[in-house]
Amino acid sequence: MRNRQPLQFYSEPLPGVDISDFQGKLIVLEGPDAVGRSTQIALLRRWLEREGHAVLDTGMARSALAGKGIKMAKEGNTLGPITMTLFYTTDFADRLENEIIPALRAGFVVLIDRYIFSIMARAIARGEHRRWIEQVAGFALVPHIVLYLRAEVEPLVSRVVLGRGVFDYWESGMDLRFGPDKYESFVRYQARLIKALDSMVEPYDFQVIDASQPIPKIFRDLQRRIVRLPLSRMRPPRTAAKAEA
Amino acid sequence: MSLFVPNRNRGKLIVVEGIDGSGKSTQISLLSHWLRSQGYAVAFSEWNSSPLVRQTTRRGKKKEMFTPTTFSLIHATDFADRMESYILPLVKSGAIVCADRYAYTAFARDVARGVSRRWVRNLYRFAMHPSLAFYFRVPLDVALGRILGGRDALKYYEAGMDLGLARDVEESFRIFQGRILDEYEAMADEMGFHIIDATQSIEEQQRRMRDIVMKVLGDRLSNGVLHLPPGGDFSAQPTTPPVL
Repeated sequence: MRNRQPLQFYSEPLPGVDISDFQGKLIVLEGPDAVGRSTQIALLRRWLEREGHAVLDTGMARSALAGKGIKMAKEGNTLGPITMTLFYTTDFADRLENEIIPALRAGFVVLIDRYIFSIMARAIARGEHRRWIEQVAGFALVPHIVLYLRAEVEPLVSRVVLGRGVFDYWESGMDLRFGPDKYESFVRYQARLIKALDSMVEPYDFQVIDASQPIPKIFRDLQRRIVRLPLSRMRPPRTAAKAEA
Repeated sequence: MSLFVPNRNRGKLIVVEGIDGSGKSTQISLLSHWLRSQGYAVAFSEWNSSPLVRQTTRRGKKKEMFTPTTFSLIHATDFADRMESYILPLVKSGAIVCADRYAYTAFARDVARGVSRRWVRNLYRFAMHPSLAFYFRVPLDVALGRILGGRDALKYYEAGMDLGLARDVEESFRIFQGRILDEYEAMADEMGFHIIDATQSIEEQQRRMRDIVMKVLGDRLSNGVLHLPPGGDFSAQPTTPPVL
């Protein structure tokens, strides 16, 4: 899977979708639950907008088509692992075709909070075949950069307990009950997720960022990696501001 | 690599396939009633009927939001839910599950929509291999006559209007169904379909189906499949139950 160019399909072209002549950039943040992705996305978005870029940010279960359906399905107790995987893939496909691709065509910086890799990791952590889900998600576009916020399970536990104060049913993998209670299930399930994400670092060219650092330090690290991308087609920030003035 | 997951359970899975207007729904309904009358535990699962997914599908259709890819994926999601929470547990328990349309419908219809054959076949890899798959073969004009004669207006996706094949709905439907028919015919041998001539009378088709069921499954039906003790009463859910 080496030498894949950004904004090509991984393995399966989307029928009826033209991917030539994209001007935008596709930036993906990955990482387990409670690792601090949304904080960083918010910081990155503000920074990129100040720099004069048009930014779209999107994340899981936010599609017009399937977002509501996924939320409703998660409220019940009957959502099986394959169904969940495919529901999230539907959601991703809808956002890819209707939001991400048009934004890339228009030259946006697209910031994605979890890409297909989280869908794949969740499926793998639940015992589904890796080849199966890799092929199912093969219509995804290769991002310019995948930033993987990596943490061990223990700090995630403290973040959950100090933050929300309660273990989420799905983040604890309680649908498959990896342990006798939500804490133990969380620990085992998140360890499986991290293992699955780790296994993608090389084949999918993840850049690994140590998420145990303070928030500003992680942010600077992410910025450093993003400025190395050729963002040349975008409007230079100062002149853009001047032009508007 | 095999297409589906082999069925190593006591129960059986019988599926029917064919284009719209081939008469397959009538036939699987008659067959399931007959099997039930023989005392077998019979359940029924219809394409596109998952209580978890149905609303999303309905929304996408109403607002015409689907692309070939999302159309394919949402139907696979619906199928997965029925497989995981309904068909698989019942077949494991020893029931006969009758399915009106199966993964082959996606193989034919999604490919007719332009989705890659290889991709959609991989998508359904988790499906259980059916014990028996019937294909109702019918000439396009006969099926179209049945559909266009006695029914409400054709729906947008049903007629393949999303593909821009023709301005006229009936013309689009004709072209789209023709493509689906070609796909069915192309896979019939490979998939080991039992082919029923769907131009014959309803009774004759049903007789053929029952013969095949007895010939192929006969011994295994009396051996392992859940069966009612003589004189007992059978009250299974007739189809996918709603979420409580």
